[in-house]
Amino acid sequence: MHASIPSHRRRAVIIVGAMLAFAVVILLFAGMTGSIAVPLADIPDALRQLAAGRPDSLSASLIELRAGRALVAFVTGGALALAGLMMQALLRNPLADPYVLGVSAGAAVGALLAMLLMASALMVDAAALLGAVGVALLLYLLARRDMRGGQAAEGGVSLLLLTGVIVSALCTSLITLMLSIAPEGRLRSMVFWLIGDLAGAPLRLVPWLVLLGALLFAMKSARAMNVVALHAEAAVTLGVRVGALRKGLFFASALLTASAVTSAGAIGFVGLIVPHACRFAFGPDHRVLVPATVLAGGAFLVLCDTLARTIIAPQQLPVGAITAMIGAPVFLYQLHRLRK
Amino acid sequence: MTMISTRDLLLTAGKRTLVQGLDWSAQAGECWSIIGRNGAGKSTLLRTLAGLQDAAGGAVAIGGRPLKDWPLEELARQRAFLAQSRHDAFAYTVIESVLSARHPYHAKRYWEGSDDHAIALQSLAAMEVDDLAARDVRTLSGGERQRVAIAALLAQQTPLLLLDEPANALDLAHQVSVMGLLARLCREQHKTVVMIGHDLNLAHRISTHALLLMGDGRWQAGAIDDTMQPALLGDYLGHPIDMIEHDGRRIFIPKEDSA
Repeated sequence: MHASIPSHRRRAVIIVGAMLAFAVVILLFAGMTGSIAVPLADIPDALRQLAAGRPDSLSASLIELRAGRALVAFVTGGALALAGLMMQALLRNPLADPYVLGVSAGAAVGALLAMLLMASALMVDAAALLGAVGVALLLYLLARRDMRGGQAAEGGVSLLLLTGVIVSALCTSLITLMLSIAPEGRLRSMVFWLIGDLAGAPLRLVPWLVLLGALLFAMKSARAMNVVALHAEAAVTLGVRVGALRKGLFFASALLTASAVTSAGAIGFVGLIVPHACRFAFGPDHRVLVPATVLAGGAFLVLCDTLARTIIAPQQLPVGAITAMIGAPVFLYQLHRLRK
Repeated sequence: MTMISTRDLLLTAGKRTLVQGLDWSAQAGECWSIIGRNGAGKSTLLRTLAGLQDAAGGAVAIGGRPLKDWPLEELARQRAFLAQSRHDAFAYTVIESVLSARHPYHAKRYWEGSDDHAIALQSLAAMEVDDLAARDVRTLSGGERQRVAIAALLAQQTPLLLLDEPANALDLAHQVSVMGLLARLCREQHKTVVMIGHDLNLAHRISTHALLLMGDGRWQAGAIDDTMQPALLGDYLGHPIDMIEHDGRRIFIPKEDSA
């Protein structure tokens, strides 16, 4: 017999619970790992000191330092993964990703321009946000027709996809232009921003609020997302306001991407590989996928960042290089297993 | 009881007028076949009736209430729509795809109830695809996928069913059994069925009424024996048609080209 209801729900609780535990373990692992390892035995004491707000021991200060960066990685990874999941449901294409639509390329244009003009770090962040939001609005204006439900027939959302690819290409050419005229001294930081780097990324409240808001929206729309993923336009006849849902998914996804790239630069592959892996492992039901993907995305980026700062320590790699190096082969492996 | 009606409906495609001044209604218990050539506006009409696209003029009403005045979820409990084709991008299971048709009954609930599962399994059994419940929809054959889609339609439990080529991709036995089931739904549960089909013999066997579309604005609606006349059909389908009586049934066959 098939899964009856309680087992359906129990399965979801087990999956999300396991992912949550996994994320906590990864965060602890990130706190322990580094040029000076923190022994497992010191962890409870250090956590107690941190909870009390007085990190006195070496272990406690190390964990505080590393946990700050790990938390930035977590919120960034969670946001990118959720943005990817939403984009895939919106476009009904499991290979879609916020990068494909050029939102992060827009952010990169903004950030690099600010760097070129020797703006402060805060201005670079602001310019990145502006670039991401600008591209999102441009896409929305150009592909507005696609967002409405009903009219576009099967595969109609491709206008948005194609527009995104072209806007992305335009942004890439602007990036190349800026890199080619950038003075030697600033080139390194620009390249690191482009690849995506968490070193020195500040822990802020806003990305958490964006992630929480988007997560709530996605959980609320999870069932409707299933219906749209299955029935496309015909979801209207099942009572789903397809147009409103698409707009919501588009803007939530753009906002998540903007918030993620603003703090960490253009980290690639998380939005593609994590939802894909979760769908592969847990099935396509968005009611399970949404929370699982956020947790998996967060944990994945924390793990990648830990690798980035330890692999050739004391030198640090940009985390985007690690996500791509892990992401691309894993993705290819999944793709080929799927096609068999 | 009038289930669905149109008033002075105008359908266009680009500059072409497909259907003009359509005043039509279907009562509970009636089974309508929409017949016409390719591009005559059959799917456009059905999509307009379903509320998937707007008409160029006129109005559609379900249960006497204009489509625009229905809240989407409430409307989804009144009419179900079978699309002509589907593209499965994700690996949903058959049972998940049928359960999704229970969406309009859930309001704010996160999970389906056990009654939804019972209804979904019942619908799968009615379509003889209950053994496929755990399969990935992307691995099904065209005919199996079509039967799963019709099962989802049944699980939606609406008094009005709009079907765009339900017999598409089905083998002969399943064409007959699916059509028979639709006819039974009309007869026994007083549902209203409006469907598009290209098989005149099947259409004549199970329909109570037919709506013929010419594709230039002209149309003809009425009881099956009045509308499904060889001369009229030949006119609307653009090819002369012969009719023979066999065991009390009318059989339609296209005339051989004499040229």
